[in-house]
Amino acid sequence: MNLKGFERLGPCHWRLAPRGAMRVPVEIFADEALLQAMDDKVREQAENVATLPGIVRASYAMPDAHWGYGFPIGGVAAFDPDEGGVVSAGGVGFDVSCGVRCLLTGLSVDAILAVQEPLAEALFAAIPAGVGSTGQIRLSDSEMDAMLRGGARWAVAQGYGEAADLERIEEHGCMAGADPKAVSAQAKKRQREEMGTLGSGNHYLEVQRVAELYDEATAAAFGLVRDQVVVSIHCGSRGLGHQIGTEYLKEMALAAKSHGIVLPDRELACAPITSSVGQRYLGAMRAAINCALANRQILTHLTRRVFAEFFPGISLPLLYDVSHNTCKVETHEVDGRRRTLYVHRKGATRAFGPGHPELPESLRSVGQPVLIGGSMGTASYVLVGTKESEALAFSSACHGAGRAMSRQQALKRWQGREVVESLARRGVIVRSPSFRGVAEEAPDAYKDVSAVVDAADRAGLARKVAKLVPLVCIKG
Amino acid sequence: MSAWEHFEHEADIGVRGRGATLAEAFAQAALALTAIVTDPALVAPRVPVTIRCEAPDPEFLLVDWLNALIYEMATRHMLFSRYEVRLEGDRLEATAWGEPVDRSRHQPAVEPKGATFTALQVARQGEEWIAQCVVDV
Repeated sequence: MNLKGFERLGPCHWRLAPRGAMRVPVEIFADEALLQAMDDKVREQAENVATLPGIVRASYAMPDAHWGYGFPIGGVAAFDPDEGGVVSAGGVGFDVSCGVRCLLTGLSVDAILAVQEPLAEALFAAIPAGVGSTGQIRLSDSEMDAMLRGGARWAVAQGYGEAADLERIEEHGCMAGADPKAVSAQAKKRQREEMGTLGSGNHYLEVQRVAELYDEATAAAFGLVRDQVVVSIHCGSRGLGHQIGTEYLKEMALAAKSHGIVLPDRELACAPITSSVGQRYLGAMRAAINCALANRQILTHLTRRVFAEFFPGISLPLLYDVSHNTCKVETHEVDGRRRTLYVHRKGATRAFGPGHPELPESLRSVGQPVLIGGSMGTASYVLVGTKESEALAFSSACHGAGRAMSRQQALKRWQGREVVESLARRGVIVRSPSFRGVAEEAPDAYKDVSAVVDAADRAGLARKVAKLVPLVCIKG
Repeated sequence: MSAWEHFEHEADIGVRGRGATLAEAFAQAALALTAIVTDPALVAPRVPVTIRCEAPDPEFLLVDWLNALIYEMATRHMLFSRYEVRLEGDRLEATAWGEPVDRSRHQPAVEPKGATFTALQVARQGEEWIAQCVVDV
């Protein structure tokens, strides 16, 4: 990216003053190398977001920002309904509430290594993954609506997981304000056979070793112990969320003019929060958040069943569950005043600091676990939210690595079978229904997540707690 | 001459169809969509599925068309390899021929989530039409 015009506010904090139709500045959190490596499109897209009505304070981009659609991926923007603020289907994206959850096993690496191969096979057999895979659960129309209203809370009531899981999920496992009536029959049909499925692409289930601790006290509060093992699950709201994104993007793009909104890019499709389509979208998007939470809850249940076969009596408590692609109503202090804002995070993680009332009592004094997924075969990280993150970017942090090369380039460079074999030599067992999928997701096709996490830490968005490296990867 | 290709997008993948007519460019863009998932040559055009959509302009129509295919692929668990597209004003009617996903034979790489308005273009370039956009995967 061309750094011309940027003012450096800190080692990992850059500001671009408003110009043209921009209502607020752009602020990017990254070290100089990361910022330079970002595509110019990130700047263009962040500037476009800054033109939207009712945007508050700044259009932000996280250290892993890359060229998305409408919003940059890694974009954060908050809107005030009292100032004509908008909700944007483009600002949430297709995979509504795609996110990561992390389960603690309390098992040592040695215990896993003794069963690594059969455990990988058993997980691969139990977790529906990849294109065309279907789940075991078929919901009737009324059950579908109950799931869309209840999220993980619905799933727990159906016997998937424990009530104790709920306090370790954003919104305590159930997003309020979901409106199943605002979800089309097509979106529900697309979900019918996809409950409890992992999906494909960069979605995964990994068994990971806690390889390094950076903050012993916080790690202890999170239950993370060096050389113990955790399970991370990365997936989203499946077909339902994709269809909701598709339908409301079109409706909002077509209606923008009638709302007096000039879209610099149709993909920024948005509508006033108070408008009819804005309200319907919020109801549908919240239903999709619940779908994602229920889906990750069901996958958790399937994972626990597999682990119990190998380790009878094991419980796998939930460390935390974060969502990446959302618009949430939050109160934040702006210019000394508490304001209710609609915070969009597109490929960004909410990162509440210590003392935040949304956090469960067991985590309140420490801060929210911020789970950062790596690419297949590379490291993932656990961070913790900071107090200063609220003033920096409405309590937000990065979400992952971002691709370093396109799928086509990756496919030309690697063979899936070779990638699986080379990871196996490094002690990582990969199981996937598609070798081509594995080649496209090869570890080196992604940027180095460590640099992104270090920048988030240095910027103060969240603080590093632990590094996780994979032992088993189930890839969709 | 009809052809399809992928073009680069940092996070996802662009699909582009070219053809002597707009309908042919739409059909080629659909082949590029299939090629995100698998090699279209591996998909037998056995089962026909009818698709209809309507949109206020050709660019919205392209996005609708690709999204209708994504919906049929997702709900029928099918892949398509032959397309016949008929355009009349702002209406599209098409037949897509394909078969159910066979995971060992097709090695499906990734499921398309939705066609986007990013890099969306439907235009005449010299003798041919092009139809393109980025698809979220």
